[in-house]
Amino acid sequence: MVIGLSHYLTVAAILFTLGTLGIFLNRKSVIVILMSVELILLAVNINLVAFSVFLGNVVGQIFALFVLTVAAAEAAIGLAILVVFYRNRGSIAVEDINAMKG
Amino acid sequence: MIHTMPALGPALPEIVLALSAIGLVLYGALAGEKSVNTVNGLAIAALFAALVLVILGSDDAVTFNGSFRVDAFARFLKVLALVGAGASLAMSVDWLRIEKQSRFEYAILVLLSTLGMMMMISAGDLLALYMGLELMSLALYVMAANNRDSVRSTEAGLKYFVLGALSSGMLLYGASLIYGFTGSINFIEIAKAAQEPSRGLIFGIVFLFAGLCFKVSAVPFHMWTPDVYEGSPTPVTAFFASAPKVAAIAVFMRVAIEALPHVTPQWQQILVFVAIASMALGAFAAIGQKNLKRLLAYSSIGHMGYALVGLAAGTEEGVRGVLVYMTVYLAMTLGTFACLLAMRRKDGMVETTDDLAGLARTSPVMAFLLAALMFSLAGIPPLAGFLAKYYVFLAAIKAGLYTLAVIGVLSSVVGAFYYLRVVKVMYFDEPAGRFEKMPTELRAVLGISGAFIILLFFYPAPLLNAAGAAARALF
Repeated sequence: MVIGLSHYLTVAAILFTLGTLGIFLNRKSVIVILMSVELILLAVNINLVAFSVFLGNVVGQIFALFVLTVAAAEAAIGLAILVVFYRNRGSIAVEDINAMKG
Repeated sequence: MIHTMPALGPALPEIVLALSAIGLVLYGALAGEKSVNTVNGLAIAALFAALVLVILGSDDAVTFNGSFRVDAFARFLKVLALVGAGASLAMSVDWLRIEKQSRFEYAILVLLSTLGMMMMISAGDLLALYMGLELMSLALYVMAANNRDSVRSTEAGLKYFVLGALSSGMLLYGASLIYGFTGSINFIEIAKAAQEPSRGLIFGIVFLFAGLCFKVSAVPFHMWTPDVYEGSPTPVTAFFASAPKVAAIAVFMRVAIEALPHVTPQWQQILVFVAIASMALGAFAAIGQKNLKRLLAYSSIGHMGYALVGLAAGTEEGVRGVLVYMTVYLAMTLGTFACLLAMRRKDGMVETTDDLAGLARTSPVMAFLLAALMFSLAGIPPLAGFLAKYYVFLAAIKAGLYTLAVIGVLSSVVGAFYYLRVVKVMYFDEPAGRFEKMPTELRAVLGISGAFIILLFFYPAPLLNAAGAAARALF
């Protein structure tokens, strides 16, 4: 079996769906949400690199490098906010993020 | 291989902002907490310098291999974003000092997110769009959690971060599909390649638009808005409601009009749905709100719906309508938040509608201007809000979107209810006590935006001409 573009796109689509579901179905910990966000960004990277190879055009790989960098910054800021939240609330469970409603 | 340096001249305002942000971080880190006032002053000066540079630089240019574009459209929106950022920073200084939340990082975060907005507004390809968007958003997440000791502020930051990261992910997924199915990330090249709507391209557009809808807080991606507006410190909310909205709408227009002109019928359907849903939710969900910040959150969702009506038309006239709408929206938002920031009693800040009771007797000038702002938000002539709505609905009707225009008018009638209730509370209820004296910056912002919305109807030509020239640059 030859592994073509559509296989890569399918894997990326599955990872993207898993990441999105992970954010919405998860009731336990915010850390799992951060992991799901990373999963979404990795799915995007697979897409970009697969397209880049398929099109014979290096732009997608450069884009993927930028995405990796930004993902690192994003994780750092997310964890920092999570630490401050934990200090105030004493919990990082998703169901405890409920000070405001309506 | 020949390496040439890209022309840096067109990006001069951005370079000024970036260098001043870096310089101020260094200065703040060395001088410590006592540097707050200097850093705030210098940051406002940097924003002002960038504003002057944007206005003076009148040449259209494309640099950084097509990823950075300066045209009349970009200049118009950059002026709006810089005015919004500068005014909300000026309004926040005094408030943060009294609430003991002053930190020198705050002004630097404002500078960095404004830099991100300007990058977004000038973006010529998907990569520049993404980098600008992230620079803006990462700074905004931190600002929402600015009050580190409050559960509500940190919770607002966390919610904004989680949903913002999800929306960036969706936007990126869409960008990757558009890149794959057109072979380019440059907007002009995408427009050339996307003559025929392929299924992959449509998927990409849907994801990209979903990400952008998150950033402009349009229904069905609005869930974060009320909580983030309520939980964040009020000056931060004022900033969230003004400049980032302008930048997000700007990039929305650039992508839709510049990169996807041949698939207009496809994205038009999405925008029509999003606009109708946002206008309806903005009108109905705000009715039961007691908290003014939450009320303004729903109000801003509704206003983004009205602005998207103009974009859904997909015509030059529609874009002009959106530009006029965003200008008026910016003035109304800044003025309303100036009033909100002045709602301070001896025992602290208050933020519910009932606290405005009898304001007409305790401070008549503020009550008059706030009433004018509320009438304008409701879209009642002869105020600027009416003019703004008129142009977007006119463009929608000319583009044949009759249902959209009719639903828009109906929902603005429903929305008028809660704006007018604020006026009723101020003028007809028993006074609930006097507010502390209003600081000078708030007076200035409230006065200027009040004058703008009252007088625009009588002398709209300069704004209409500038918006018209900006809209022409996109087509």
